[in-house]
Amino acid sequence: MDGFPILSLITFIPIVGMIIILLLPSTNKQQIKVTALIVTLIQVVLAIVLLSNFNYAAGGIYEESSFQFIDKFRWIEVPTNTWIGTIKIDYFLGIDGISMPMIILTALISFIALVSSWKIDKAVKGYFALFLLLDTAMMGVFVSLDFFLFYVFWELMLLPMYFLIGIWGGPRKEYAAIKFFLYTLLGSVFMLLVMIGLYFSTTEVIDGSKVFTFNILAMMDKANFTVDGILSPLNPNNLRFVAYIALFAGFAIKIPMFPFHTWLPDAHVEAPTPISVILAGVLLKMGTYGILRISFPIFPQITRELMWYIALFGMINIVYGALVALAQKDFKKLIAYSSVSHMGYVLLGMASLTTTGINGAIFQMFNHGTITAMLFLVVGVIYDRAHTREISAFGGLANQMPKYTGIMMVAFFAAIGLPSLSGFVSEALVFIGAFGVDTLRTLTIISTLGIILGASYMLWTLQRIFFGKFNEKWKDLPDLNAREYIMFIPLMIVVIFLGIYPSAMLDIMNHSVNTLVTFLFS
Amino acid sequence: MAEQTLLNISLIIFLLPLFGFILVIFFGKRFEKIYRVEIGILVLTFILALIVNYFKLTLYPHKDLVFAFTWLNFSNLPGLGDVHFELGIKIDSLSGIMLLVVTLISSLVHIYSVGYMEGDKRFNRYYAYLGLFTFSMLGIVLTHNFLLMYISWELVGLASYLLIGFWYEKDSAADAGKKAFLTTRLGDIGMFLGILILYTQYHTFTFDEIFHQISLGNLPFGSGAWLTAAGILLFLGAVGKSAQFPLHVWLPDAMEGPTPVSALIHSATMVAAGVYFMARIFSMLTADALLVVGVIGAITAFIAATIALTQNDIKKVLAYSTISQLGYMILSIGVGAYTFAVFHMVTHAIFKSGLFLGSGSVIHSMHGEQDMREMGGLKKKMPITYWAFIVFTLAISGIPLMSGFLSKDGILLGSFAFATLTGHWLLPFSGFLVAGITALYMFRLILMTFHGSPRNIEKYDHAHESPKVMTMPLIILSALSIFIFYTPNPVSPEAGWFYHWIGTSETVVPQDLRFDFMKSESPAEVHNEAAVEHSSEEEVLYSTSYMEALHEDHIPALSLSILLAILGILTAYILYEWKKVDVDKLTEKVKPLYTFSLNKWYFDELYYATFVAGTIGLSKALRWFDVNIVDGIVNGTATLGLFVSRVAGLFDKYVVDGLVNFSAFFSGFLGLTLRKFQTGKVQTYVAFVVLSLFILFWVFI
Repeated sequence: MDGFPILSLITFIPIVGMIIILLLPSTNKQQIKVTALIVTLIQVVLAIVLLSNFNYAAGGIYEESSFQFIDKFRWIEVPTNTWIGTIKIDYFLGIDGISMPMIILTALISFIALVSSWKIDKAVKGYFALFLLLDTAMMGVFVSLDFFLFYVFWELMLLPMYFLIGIWGGPRKEYAAIKFFLYTLLGSVFMLLVMIGLYFSTTEVIDGSKVFTFNILAMMDKANFTVDGILSPLNPNNLRFVAYIALFAGFAIKIPMFPFHTWLPDAHVEAPTPISVILAGVLLKMGTYGILRISFPIFPQITRELMWYIALFGMINIVYGALVALAQKDFKKLIAYSSVSHMGYVLLGMASLTTTGINGAIFQMFNHGTITAMLFLVVGVIYDRAHTREISAFGGLANQMPKYTGIMMVAFFAAIGLPSLSGFVSEALVFIGAFGVDTLRTLTIISTLGIILGASYMLWTLQRIFFGKFNEKWKDLPDLNAREYIMFIPLMIVVIFLGIYPSAMLDIMNHSVNTLVTFLFS
Repeated sequence: MAEQTLLNISLIIFLLPLFGFILVIFFGKRFEKIYRVEIGILVLTFILALIVNYFKLTLYPHKDLVFAFTWLNFSNLPGLGDVHFELGIKIDSLSGIMLLVVTLISSLVHIYSVGYMEGDKRFNRYYAYLGLFTFSMLGIVLTHNFLLMYISWELVGLASYLLIGFWYEKDSAADAGKKAFLTTRLGDIGMFLGILILYTQYHTFTFDEIFHQISLGNLPFGSGAWLTAAGILLFLGAVGKSAQFPLHVWLPDAMEGPTPVSALIHSATMVAAGVYFMARIFSMLTADALLVVGVIGAITAFIAATIALTQNDIKKVLAYSTISQLGYMILSIGVGAYTFAVFHMVTHAIFKSGLFLGSGSVIHSMHGEQDMREMGGLKKKMPITYWAFIVFTLAISGIPLMSGFLSKDGILLGSFAFATLTGHWLLPFSGFLVAGITALYMFRLILMTFHGSPRNIEKYDHAHESPKVMTMPLIILSALSIFIFYTPNPVSPEAGWFYHWIGTSETVVPQDLRFDFMKSESPAEVHNEAAVEHSSEEEVLYSTSYMEALHEDHIPALSLSILLAILGILTAYILYEWKKVDVDKLTEKVKPLYTFSLNKWYFDELYYATFVAGTIGLSKALRWFDVNIVDGIVNGTATLGLFVSRVAGLFDKYVVDGLVNFSAFFSGFLGLTLRKFQTGKVQTYVAFVVLSLFILFWVFI
C-alpha cells in the first residue's frame, strides 16, 4: 500500500460524491440517493482494504514511523518577518490501532445511516450533499495527525449537522440545532485556544530550521518544547493544567459528559433517525477519541494526576444516565440517556490507564456505536409507522411484529451487556481494568450499579412495548421490510460476532493501547 | 478412550443444544415438526453424557480432564507479564454428575412437553428456548473458570427470562420474567465483584489456578478479610440464582412459565446452579464466609417452609418447597457437608422435577386449574400421576427407602455435627424444624389434591390421566427416587457408590481462616505444593473430630429426622384427611400468623415500597433535576446571553448609534444656526466685528 493515498481517498470520496450530487438535477432523487449509497459502499470497501493491510504489531501513538498509511505533505506555508517565523502546516494523515476501529465504525455507520435515509423526501439533494460532507468531516477527525487539520475537520462536522437537524428535524428542530451548534462551538473555542497555545510551545525542525508546529506527535515529545512557550512544561506557570481542563471540557461536551450532556437528548429527539444514528454511532466517539489521541499523550503527567476525577465523571455518567433514562416516557429520549450511561463506561475505562481498561474503553466506543445505532433504528422503525414515540402508547406488539421484536431483543440485550453479545466484553474489560487500580476501586463498585439499572430500563421498555395486552390501535402496523433488514442485519452480525470472538477487534487495538499505556507512565 | 476423545465428546454435548436452538429458532416457522430434532439432540446428549461418565469413572477416576483455549490475548503487558483470558471445560466428579442430571431431566422435560404444550401457537419457539437454556446450563456445569461461569450464568438468566415470560400476552408472565432477570442480576453484581477481586489478585479466571495460589498463602490484597469478602460476594450470585433469602422473591412468580419449564429450570437445574457454584468454590470459602452461607441457607429453608404451609396454588407450594430445599443445600455447604449438598442437589433435582411434572399433569387434566381448593379426589382419575406423586412426596419428606432420606439426613447430620463443634445450634434447629414442616405441607398438598371428595365436580368430571409422553417421564423419575440407585443400604449413604463418586472437596484457605474442625492435622502439608496437587478427591482435610462428631450424632439425628417427618405427615392427616381438627377454626385462632404466611411475609410489598419505589422516585427526581437544573443552567445561560445582547442592542441603538446620530444632528444644528450669521449684509458683519472686539477686550484686558 506504500505511496497510495488511501486515507485521503476514504476521507474525501464523500466530497467527490457531494460534488456529483450537487451537479445532478434536484428532481432526480433516485440518482442522488444511489450516488450517495455507492460512495458509502466504497468507503466500507476501503475500510476493509485498510483492515486487511493493517499491521497489528505497529504501535503508533507517539511514534510517526509506526503509524500506518501515512499521507503527509506541506499544506500551508506563510513566511512572516515577525518572531513567529515561517508558518508551516502539514497535511498529515495516518492511523494506528486506536483510529482503525473508529474508521471501520464510521464507514459502517455511514452506510447504515444512508440506507435508513432512503425515505427522506424533503430537499433530497441538500440532504444527501450535507450527509456526505458530514461523512468526510467524521472520517477526517479520525485520520488527522495534525492538530490544525484535526480542528478543521472537527469544525467542518458542525455545519452539516446543524442543517441536518435544523431542516429535516422534528417540531423543535431549530432549538435543538442551535443548542447543539452553540454547545459544541463552545467546546471548540476551548480547543482552539489550547491548540494555539501548544503551537507556540512546540517547535519542530523542518527543512533545517526550527519552526512552530501543529504536529500532534511532535507535541508529545518533550524535546520539542520551547523554553518559554506558554504551554511548555519547561515554563514554570501552571497554565498547562488549565489548558488540560479546557481541552478536556471541549472533548467532554462531545461525549457528552455530565453536566454537559443536556444538548444530547434534545438533539436526538429532534434529529431524523439517520442523523441520530450518526450522532450516537460516530459523533460521540470523537470526544473520547480526542481525549485518547490528544489529551492523554500530550499531557501524560496531568492525566495521571486527574485520573480519579475522570473516573468519577465516568461513574456519574453511568449511574446518573441510567437513572434518568429509567424515568423517560419518550422512547427516543430513553435511548439518548442510555447513551450517556454507556459513554460513562468509556470514561471509566480510559481513566484506569490500564491496558485492559483502555482496550475496554475503545471496544466500548465501537460497540456503543453499533448497538446504539441499532437502538435508534429500532425507534425509527416504530416512529415511522406509528408516528409516536410515547412508550405507554404501545403494548403487545410482539405478535404483531415478530421479526422486529426479535431484532429489538438482540439490540436491547446487547445494550444490557448480555454475554455472547459485544457489549458484555467491553463493559467487563472496563470493569476489570478500573477495579485493578486501587484508587478507582470504590468508583468501580458504585459503577456496577449500571449493570442492574441498565437492565431495568431496557427490560421495562421491552415489556411496555412488546408484551402484555395488545393495543388494537396498532393492528395495521407492518413488520420489517427488506430495506430495514439491510440496515439491521450487518449491525446484528457485528454485535454477535464480536461478542463471541472479540479478539477480532481487540487485536487491532491492543498493541497501540499497550504503547499508549507505556508512554503515559514513561 | 483417550482423554482428548472424552473432552471432545463433552464439547459436543455442550454445543449440540446450541445447534438445536439455532436450527429451531430459524426454521421453526417453516418446518412444523422441527422440535423433534431438538428432542433427538437432547436424548443424544444424555447418551453421550452417560458415555463420558462411564469412561471417566473407569479410566480416569482420580483425574480432572481439562480442555482450555485462549479467548482474549493482551500479549505481554508491562508489569503484569503475559495477560490472557482463558476459557475451557473441565470434567471431574462434580461436573460429570451434574452433566448427567441436566441432560437427563432436560430430555425428560423435552419429551413431556410434547404432551403438555400441545396446540400452543409458539410450540417450536418453546423448544428453541429449551435448547438455549440447556446449552447455557451445560456451560455452568462444564466450565473450568469463573469467566465462562459468569457468561453461562447470564445466558441462563436470559433463557429463564424468555421461558418465564413465554406467555407474554399475560402481564403477570411478562412481569415475572422481568422480575426474575432483575432480581437475579442484583446477585450477579456481587458475583461479578467477587470475580473482579480474584482476577485483580491472580490475573486468571481458572478455578484451579486461583485455588492453587490461595493454598500457597497468596491472598487477595494480602488479607484474609478480602478472601472472605470475595467468598461472600460470589455467594451473592448463588443467592440470586438459587433464590435464597433475601433475593428469593422471584422464584414463586416464575411459576408463570409453562409447568415443564418450572420442572426443568425453576426446580431441578438452573436454581441448583447456585448450589453447584458454591460446591465449585467450596475450597476457597473461609470460616466466616461459610458461616454466612450456612445462616442464609437456614433462614431461607425456614422462611420458605412456613410460606409453603398456607399456599393454595399447587405450583406455589412446590415453588416455596424448592426454595426451602435449596436452603438446605446451601446450609449444607455452609456447615461443610459438601458431599451431601451435592447429593441432595441430585436427588432433589429428580424428585422435585417429578413433583413439578406431576403437578403439570394435574393442571393439564384440570384445564389449567392450579388452585388446590378446586381439586380433590383425583386419585381415582389419575392413578399413575398419584402414585408417582406419592413416591416424590415421600422422598422430599425424607422417609427411609427414598433417595431424599439419604441426602437430607446427611445434611441434618452435618449441621448437627457442625453445631456440636462450633456451638451454632440455630442451624440444625432450623434444619430439623423444616424437616417436619416439609412433611406437613407436602402431605397437605397430596391430600388436598388427590384425596377426599372432589370440590369442583365439573372440572373433576373432565379430568383424565395424562398421555403416555407425560406419564413416562414421571415413572422414570419416581423409579430414580428410590434408594437402590444410590446405595445398597437404605439408611447409610456412605455405603453406596454415589457417595464415593461425589467425593469431598478439600479446602485451600489458610489455617487461621478455617473453622477449628477443618484445620489440617499437619499444617505443613498445606504449604506443600505437591500435597495439594496430588491429594485425591477422597482425601478431605477435615479433622477427625468432625468425623467423630458425624459418627456419634448419626443415630440421634437420624431418629429425630424420621420422627419429625412422621409427625408432620400425621398432622397433615389429622387436619386434612381425618379432619379431627377443623382447619378453618385453627387458622382463625392463629390468624395473624396465618395471614403473615399467606402473604409470604410481605417481602414483595416491602421491596416494592423501598427499593422499587425508591429507585423510581430517585429517577424521577433526577429527571426533574436534569431538565430544570442542569439544562436550566444551559438555557439560563442562553437567556442571559440573549438579555445581554438585547441590552447591548439597546446601548448600540441609543447610545452608540445615538452619539453618531447626535453628532450628525448637532453639526446640522450648528450649520443651521451659523447659517443665520451669513446674511451677506455689511452692517451685520460690522456689528459682529465690534461685538467680537468687545469680547476680546473683556477677555484679555
